[in-house]
Amino acid sequence: MRARVLVRPKAGILDPQGKVVERALPALGFEGVRNVHVGRLIELDVEDPSRLEEMCERLLTNPLIEDYEVVTDPGSGPAATGRGAEGSPPGGPAERPAPGRVSP
Amino acid sequence: MIGVVRFPGSCDEVDALKAASLVDEARILWHQETDLEGADAVIVPGGFSYGDYLRVGAIARFSPIMGAVIEFARAGGAVLGICNGFQVLCEAGLLPGALLPNQSLRFLCRQVEVEVVDAGTPFTRACEEGERLSIPVKHTSGCWFAPAEQLDRARVVLRYAPGHNPNGSLRDVAGVCNEAGNVVGLMPHPEHAVDDFEGSTDGRKLFSSLARAFV
Repeated sequence: MRARVLVRPKAGILDPQGKVVERALPALGFEGVRNVHVGRLIELDVEDPSRLEEMCERLLTNPLIEDYEVVTDPGSGPAATGRGAEGSPPGGPAERPAPGRVSP
Repeated sequence: MIGVVRFPGSCDEVDALKAASLVDEARILWHQETDLEGADAVIVPGGFSYGDYLRVGAIARFSPIMGAVIEFARAGGAVLGICNGFQVLCEAGLLPGALLPNQSLRFLCRQVEVEVVDAGTPFTRACEEGERLSIPVKHTSGCWFAPAEQLDRARVVLRYAPGHNPNGSLRDVAGVCNEAGNVVGLMPHPEHAVDDFEGSTDGRKLFSSLARAFV
């Protein structure tokens, strides 16, 4: 099965890459851009998707600093969400767009 | 004997070996080995272990030698992680927190002043608390971060002196240890400050601390 793991810096921690991109866009004339975060996309074929969460917790992400979402049928939405969101400041993750969705 | 781990991509292991040799016999431990050859202390050196792929330290943490290092650390053995070694020990869960990219996103290489906060570890007992040391840093991911539940409990060993935090590290942390104090991680490189030609010999104190710890 094809799976996609979306990894992003945990809300509330320093994301210097996101900040740099956020500053670079207006410099190119793209105004009105906020809350830019740069993460990582890992795509993989797995025989046993039930083990994906364990893979994420042990190797693919560092739960101290990253949140993740697993999409096992890319295009149909997240299958599992990293538990790392506990303790995030209010308004953090909720302000971010849902994965797999493209804004019009 | 002081064992110095070598991963593919390590680059400071020879300097660490030479610095350790000032105080004791020192030997390289290859990453595929599964025992520490009877080492009394272990140094996990700086560099770019396994190319720093995925995340700094993430792959090295699962190498065969790290199984032995983790067991040794849990039994109270003295383990020092320097720079990439610090990142590896954090990934291994032996130290609190994680190392994020520098706030500036730039690679940094400079001499910094650090203050000894905790002189109770095997690597700082030759220092005085509050003492200043001049030691270089050189890293891209040296911004220490710990979530709230770890932050207040974390034992800080070295702190960047006021105005010397090069990377945005939380609470100016330059080095931490585990609760027991036997596992220490530092971003500054004491092995690059052991001879006059390097401009400072302050790093020697960390190695001579270790010699004292053996006695």
